[in-house]
Amino acid sequence: MSTDITLRLTLNGQPVECVVDPTRRVLDLLREDLGLTGSKEGCGEGECGACAVLLDGAMVNSCLLLAGQLQDAALRTIEGLPTDDPLFEAFARAGATQCGICTPGMVVAARALLDREPAPSRERIREALAGNLCRCTGYVRILDAVEAAARVPSGRAS
Amino acid sequence: MSAGAQRWYRPRELAEALAIKASRGADVQPIAGGTDLMVAWRLSTAPMPALLDLGAIGELRGICEDPDRVVIGATTPCSTLAADARIQRGWPMLAQSAALTGSVAIQNRATLGGNVMNASPAADNPPVLLAYGARLHLASASGRRVVDYSGFHTGYRQTIARPDELVVAIELPRPAEATTVWYRKVGTRRAQAISKVALAACLQWQGSRVIRARFGFASLGPVPALAGALAHRVEGCDPGRLDAGALAQAIDEDFRPIDDVRSTGAYRRQVAINLVRGALGLA
Ligand SMILES: Cc1cc2nc3c(=O)[nH]c(=O)nc-3n(C[C@H](O)[C@H](O)[C@H](O)COP(=O)(O)OP(=O)(O)OC[C@H]3O[C@@H](n4cnc5c(N)ncnc54)[C@H](O)[C@@H]3O)c2cc1C
Ligand code: FES
Ligand code: FES
Repeated sequence: MSTDITLRLTLNGQPVECVVDPTRRVLDLLREDLGLTGSKEGCGEGECGACAVLLDGAMVNSCLLLAGQLQDAALRTIEGLPTDDPLFEAFARAGATQCGICTPGMVVAARALLDREPAPSRERIREALAGNLCRCTGYVRILDAVEAAARVPSGRAS
Repeated sequence: MSAGAQRWYRPRELAEALAIKASRGADVQPIAGGTDLMVAWRLSTAPMPALLDLGAIGELRGICEDPDRVVIGATTPCSTLAADARIQRGWPMLAQSAALTGSVAIQNRATLGGNVMNASPAADNPPVLLAYGARLHLASASGRRVVDYSGFHTGYRQTIARPDELVVAIELPRPAEATTVWYRKVGTRRAQAISKVALAACLQWQGSRVIRARFGFASLGPVPALAGALAHRVEGCDPGRLDAGALAQAIDEDFRPIDDVRSTGAYRRQVAINLVRGALGLA
């Protein structure tokens, strides 16, 4: 039996208040309670990055995070990225998605990188995505997509 | 634990956290980044313990440097350490090991205090802390104490921290003049591979002689540990004149590496020898 708490956070730019079990995984809170199913569960152990979200701007795995740890934080999920984020277009054009399970996490990881380093080297992209596993693409097209998105001027897809 | 006892605490003040620890001790588990705990709970059938979230306590986070030392708050994440200019300049091995503590997403959550308190013999930052001669600041409701990190781990996954204590900070003295440092982690792949062997070395020189040596190892025994016999063998010597047999013999005095799922003892011993040769500029 756990006692619920009133959780207040900013979720995708909107203030949110909900009553939750503080020991609920953030991944479950998002997917099951809040209907935000973009974040995926791959491993559930921090190894694959399919559940990646941005916590106060930093990429973290939502499968390793507890709801109570979100108190007063700003959380951004894949649903919170603008629809014209150049990464979406770039992933589609490069064929960087096959089954798609890894894609939300890959895009979130890439967004976290580009927000910090608008023109990263291929090596830096590789490092930033090293915690995101893909069983389908072989990664080359994903790296291509991130490079292409980084080339889009002023952060807008052409 | 009594029925109905509180299951989740998220204090903003350290004093409040210590008071909770004082009244409930081991019944309440501190959680920092949660990167070790969440995985452990997933693998376990036991119910989750009552939790003390350290994440809102500002006093436990941050880096404070003075001419003699740096003091790092226990909940400072590895990504902060890796990116901090003071750490990169003054304690570069810590910037390196922090940048190898899992993927970016892990480094953003993984704290230095959690890495130390999780007490895995394979953790990446402990060898570096040992080589720099770190001291841990422990606090309880009844006071604070500062202990040498080299005596902190007493056995596999065991430490001298009491159930009512929290790690509040990790202190690293500034290395002496004419000190060189050397760090390598040998694993299977760069991102989030658990180390097979890791060595952090701090060597103080006088001309071609090493006058003070500290070798911190991971994954050679049940705890991260300093190689005392090896340091003793090296101190006072010109490494170029040390024969390989003497180094290997000293390492054998310090460690009996084991076979496990990640590697064999014989392989680990050979890697340790190669790493020491690298640190001494002999490789
Ligand atoms: C996918 C993955 C990859 C990883 N890769 C690496 C790696 O490459 N190298 C490596 O070294 N580790 C690695 N780890 C392990 C882990 O990320 C680190 O050990 C991390 O530093 C733990 O810190 P934390 O804050 O997340 O600890 P938590 O899980 O919050 O806590 C760990 C333990 O420390 C205790 N604790 C935490 N803070 C305090 C405190 N201030 N006072 C008293 N007790 C405290 C907790 O009660 C718990 O027992 C990995 C983990 C995962 C999931
Ligand atoms: S599901 Fe979270 S990292 Fe794999
Ligand atoms: S597209 Fe299938 S896992 Fe990456």
